[in-house]
Parts: sequence; structure tokens; C-alpha cells
Amino acid sequence: MQRFRTSVMLCGGNGCTARGSLKIKNALEKELKEKGLDREITVVLTGCNGFCAQGPVMIVHPDDIFYKQVTVKDVPAIVDEHFIKGRPVERLMYRDPVKKQPIPAMKDIPFFSVQVLRALRNKGLIDPEKIEEYIGRDGYMAAAKALTEMRPEEIIAEIKRSGLRGRGGAGALTGLKWEICAKEESKEKYIVCNRSTLDIEPHSIVEGMIIAGRATGAGKGFIYTRASLPLIVRRFTIAVEKAREYGLLGANILDSGFAFDIEVFQASDEFVCGEETALLMSLESRRGMPKPKPPFPAVKGLWEMPTVINTVETLANVPQIILNGADWYRSVGTEKSPGTKVFTLSGPLHNNGLIEVPMGTPLKDIIYSIGGGLRKGREFKAAQVGGSTGGYIPESLLDLPVTYEDITKAGAIMGSGGIVVLSDLNCMVSSAKFTLEFSSDESCGKCTPCRIGTTVLKEMHKDICEGRGRESDIELMADLAVEMQDSSLCGLGQTAANPVLTAIRYFRAEYDEHIKEKWCKAGVCRELCTFYIDEEKCKACGACKRVCPKNAISGEKKVPHRIDQSLCIQCRSCYETCAFGSIRIGPRSMREEMMNLPDQGILSEIHAKQTAGEED
Amino acid sequence: MKKLTKDDLTKIKEEYQATLSQREEGFRVKVTVHMGTCGIAAGARRIAEVLMEEIRDSGAQDVIVTTSGCAGLCSMEPMVTVETLDGPPVRYVSLTDEKTREIFREHVMGGKIKESYALAMGYEASY
Repeated sequence: MQRFRTSVMLCGGNGCTARGSLKIKNALEKELKEKGLDREITVVLTGCNGFCAQGPVMIVHPDDIFYKQVTVKDVPAIVDEHFIKGRPVERLMYRDPVKKQPIPAMKDIPFFSVQVLRALRNKGLIDPEKIEEYIGRDGYMAAAKALTEMRPEEIIAEIKRSGLRGRGGAGALTGLKWEICAKEESKEKYIVCNRSTLDIEPHSIVEGMIIAGRATGAGKGFIYTRASLPLIVRRFTIAVEKAREYGLLGANILDSGFAFDIEVFQASDEFVCGEETALLMSLESRRGMPKPKPPFPAVKGLWEMPTVINTVETLANVPQIILNGADWYRSVGTEKSPGTKVFTLSGPLHNNGLIEVPMGTPLKDIIYSIGGGLRKGREFKAAQVGGSTGGYIPESLLDLPVTYEDITKAGAIMGSGGIVVLSDLNCMVSSAKFTLEFSSDESCGKCTPCRIGTTVLKEMHKDICEGRGRESDIELMADLAVEMQDSSLCGLGQTAANPVLTAIRYFRAEYDEHIKEKWCKAGVCRELCTFYIDEEKCKACGACKRVCPKNAISGEKKVPHRIDQSLCIQCRSCYETCAFGSIRIGPRSMREEMMNLPDQGILSEIHAKQTAGEED
Repeated sequence: MKKLTKDDLTKIKEEYQATLSQREEGFRVKVTVHMGTCGIAAGARRIAEVLMEEIRDSGAQDVIVTTSGCAGLCSMEPMVTVETLDGPPVRYVSLTDEKTREIFREHVMGGKIKESYALAMGYEASY
């Protein structure tokens, strides 16, 4: 077998591919060939590395050197300097956001060093299109163990004992789901892998599904993917084909007598199909809409047959539990939420991306240790946990450990595992409005609380943001939100009001300011703010004048600047540009006041006289 | 492709382990080839190739080869530094194919320092 002295692990995740990984791979291979290094150095296109914000990223082994934001132009430098002369290219290294020093090795970068990888254990280490590399990392060993050494009851008992909970958001015990399905008597049973949006090693899903099939007695599985993510569809398709070719799918797997096969299903982008019953309808080629439960899918699912639906993350944990045992799995995490959790971290942070941490990690550690804190000049306001229908967590609750129980108690959800950080530039009312626009669009319309509820909440938020809010609105919205939680048919409607409820619970003052004072202090709601310049603080540097798209700012050099309110469109460009904090945001009512200020020229003369006087 | 058995899985795993251990810092010996302009001119590229051949032929799973810059002793190139987990780093100078093979077999694989080819013990970082 060919051996290489150096492996270049180039990220081929969705983000990095969009930024040109494939072009870099071609350029790199061409350059290596020209320099006669192609037999010494190999380039591997891996699955998502996780550090998406710095993409395209690559790691050079065995030195573990991490390069970020690589372009085709950087390829000759990397080959000449690093691969030939052994001098890693410093300008492409990650830098500490505060100290600005380069950190050469990936393992020393806090973004990576704080994480505990289980579901993502092969992240950036193997080529997702090569089954042999997965096998080299213990791949299919768990399936072999489950198929040849364990009885189905033993598999279920082990998964139950591990306490693995569904990573789809609701957190149902996976072992229990499997047990219910296993007890059903039916000649057909199915395993469905839900929403393969996560850029995760595809073979670990195939292996997890084989084990689930063995445990429950199902003979067929479906991987439900989105056609809009062709890269992921491609990787799953290759994985299934390869596994079939090697006899890991099909009849008599590993001489155990067990037969199982998988089909990759490409669906459209319907948010509601994240709900399991809606997903099943979509798999049956019908319009995806949820059904009341019970009967649960484990009893009556796909084509009325018992069906286990697990998400990618849940299934990726299964082989590890079978291989290492339930006690190993419980060695991290909390009593009720064992193991690790994958999150997608985004917002105005230094480091964004796909991460995995032990359950119970404080939210603060995720945002400040892994995320590296907020970018310069920004202040933390809230973190929306659980995706677009997750609740907002304020700064006072940042010590919150991320477990199913604690997150729910705070008003958010585990949901899709998204963490979006909001800063002082965000307005909570308009952020809540944004999530409602999304959920009302995505509501399937089957049940009234969700269909009408999301629409009414959206309209009320729109009114508040545009200055038509009434004082009674807040109580009415809170009531409506609770009704939606109680009476909606599925998870979409039950969670759609979370952003509203938490925004009211933790940021009530902002709603009051919008309604009573007609004042959006973040300057987001255009109808409810006035941008003006604090003329005493203004250094008259002209920076705001240059960015103003309407040329609404007047004042020559040394003349304090002024915004013409009749021209200002509240785009906030000047506010974000000013380095001296001279641009202020006042309530709507200030616009009229600002029209009657003394003449700018006179003011500058007074200013000049005063300064001259001081000098005397 | 024939159907895999459990034994086949283990075989594939063992075969790929060496490639994969390189990506996880799972190595016992690290051989650094000094590739400054001087080293390259003196034939360091060939030394790296010899090392790779030896690794392949011996089937070693836990040996890695990396490169570094000029070590400052240009007259003694080609030069390599052998670092083992349990021993001190040793620098070998004025290498030829044959010397490299001997060092690989005796020091890297056998754990015995080849003193006659060694310059000194010690290592300075290149970055």
C-alpha cells in the first residue's frame, strides 16, 4: 500500500466547498506533481472540519499545521515553503483574536481543544468517500459486534442503559423507541434517518442504521436528505453503494444471516418535514403534514408499519456505544443528558462553525472559549438556542449548562442545535419578528393554532416595529403564545412562539420602549429611531460622511457633522462606522427637534472661538 | 468485490491504520529531514525518499517523516533528526542512501542510536 510522508486534509464540507476547496485541491495536486512530490504527499478531501468561518481550511499532517482561508494563490507558497523546506506558512495560520499571535498546530487552537468529539469523531480525519478509511478508524466493528455477538435485546438494553436521547430536539430515549418498535409484530419494519443536513461522516450513519435494524428487526432503511444539498446526497449515495459492494448491506451481512438495505431519499426543503410524522408522509410521496400522536411511528409509521426515526447525530452515536459500552458513553455529560451534543455556532463571534461539546457545558464556555467571544466593540445581548424556533437566553443566564432539562427550563429548546448569538446591534422585537416571518411561512397550515397563531404574532410584531403597537399587545401575545404551545399539533407550532415568550420574559423593557416611547434603542426598527450626531463629541473626521448612501451628512473638516433628518433613511451605516461613539440613536420624536438646530456654521465659529480662548 | 467477513474488516483496518495514525499524532518515531536550500542541493530529497521506501518495506505503522528548514550546518548536509518517544533526539549528518537505511533499521526500528553517524543530541525548533 502506498505510504505518504505528509497528508494534506483539505476540508470538503459544504462551506469550504462553496469557497473553492475543489479548485484548491486541483491546484495543489498539479503543483505537487510538477515538483515531483505527488508520491510523497497526498491530498485528502475530508468532511466538514467544523471551523467553517475560517474556510477553506486545511490541516497538514503529521505536523498538525492548520491553515485558514486558503486560496489557489497560496498553493505555491505552501508547497515550496512548507512541503519542501519544512517552513510552515505563518500568514495562513490562525491567529489568537486578542494577542494576534499565530497558532500553528490545530490542537492548540481553543476552538478545537475545548471540544469532545464523539458523533463527529472522524471529522476532518478521513475521506468520506472512502469506506476503507472509515474501517481503518474502527468502522463497521460495532456492526460486526452487534450482528455476531449480541442478541437484539442486548443491543436495545445497551442503548437504553447509555441513556442516549434523540438529538432531533425533543430528546426521547432512543433505546425506548427501539424497544417499542422491536415489540411490534409486523413483517415489514423501517429505520429512517432524519434530515441529513449535518455534514457528518456518512458511513457512521449507515452503520448506526444497520445496528438499529438488527435491534428492531427492520430490514429496510431510508436516509432522508435534502435535494438542495447535492454534496451530502452524493456522499450518502456513495457510502450506501460502497457498503453494498462490500456486503455490509444486503443479504447475510458479515455471515450473520441478517439482511438490511438502505435507500437515499431526496426531499424538498420543507421545514415542517423535520417533524417525524410529516417526514414519513413526505417519504410516502405525499404532501408533508404532521399527524396526531399516538399512534407513534414506532407502532404505526411508514406505510402504517412500525418505524424508527432517528436523526443523523443520534445514529452517529450508536456505533460508539456498542463498541465502547454504555458506561463509557455516560462518562461525559450529565445524569439525565449523557454524552455530547453537536451545535452550530454563529453570530458576531471570532470563531463560528460546527462544534461538539459534552452535555452540561455552560453556554458561556461555548460562546467565549470555543467562539472566542464577540468581535471587537460588540456586546453580548442574547443567544438564540435551538434554531429558528428556539428561545433567547440573556446574559444573566449564560452559566446555563446545555442539557435538555436546563435549556427547556430557560424557555429555549435543544431543537436543531443551533446557537445564534445576538449583539447590541440587534433589536429583540425585530429579531422575534424575523423568526415569526419564517415560522408563518413554514407552517403547513393543517392546525389552526399554528397557522393563525404564527400569522397573528407576526403581524403584531410588525405593528410594534412600525410604531403602531398598543400597551395591551404584550399580554395578548404572551397569552396567544402559551395557547400555541398547548394546542398546536406538532413541534413547529409548539415551539414557534418560543422566541416571543423568551423575548418578552427577558427583554420586556425593549417591547415597552418600542410601544410607549416609540424608541428602538438598537436602531433597527427604522420607524422608531432617529440617528443624530453628538456635536460636542464629533471629531469631524468625515468617516460617517463617506459611508452615508444618501449624502445626508453635512459639515466640512473641523465643522461638527450633522445628519439631515429629511434625507436620513436610518440605514445605520454611520452608526457602525463612527470610531468615537458620536452617533446616537434617539426616539422617533427627536426627528422634529433635530430639524430646528442652530446653523452649523455659527456653531463651528462658536466652537473655534472657544478653543482660541482656551489657548490664550 | 467479495463479501466482507469480520476478519476482512480487521485486515482492512490494520492496513489503513498507519495512514490514519499519521493524522492523529499516533506515532512513536519522528524523523525530520532538514530541507534548507543547502540540504536540497546536497540530496535531502533523496534521503526523504529512502526513508519512505524503508517505512513501506518494513511495514512500520508508527514512524513519520517531516521536513524542516536549514539547521545552520550547511557543510554537513544532508541531515536528519530522529526523535523517539523514550529517547533523546539525535542528529545525523553527511548522509548517504546506505547510511540512512542503516540508521532507519538500527535506531528508528531497533531503538539503538547509531553513534558513528551522529553529530549530537538535541534539536532546535524551526518556528
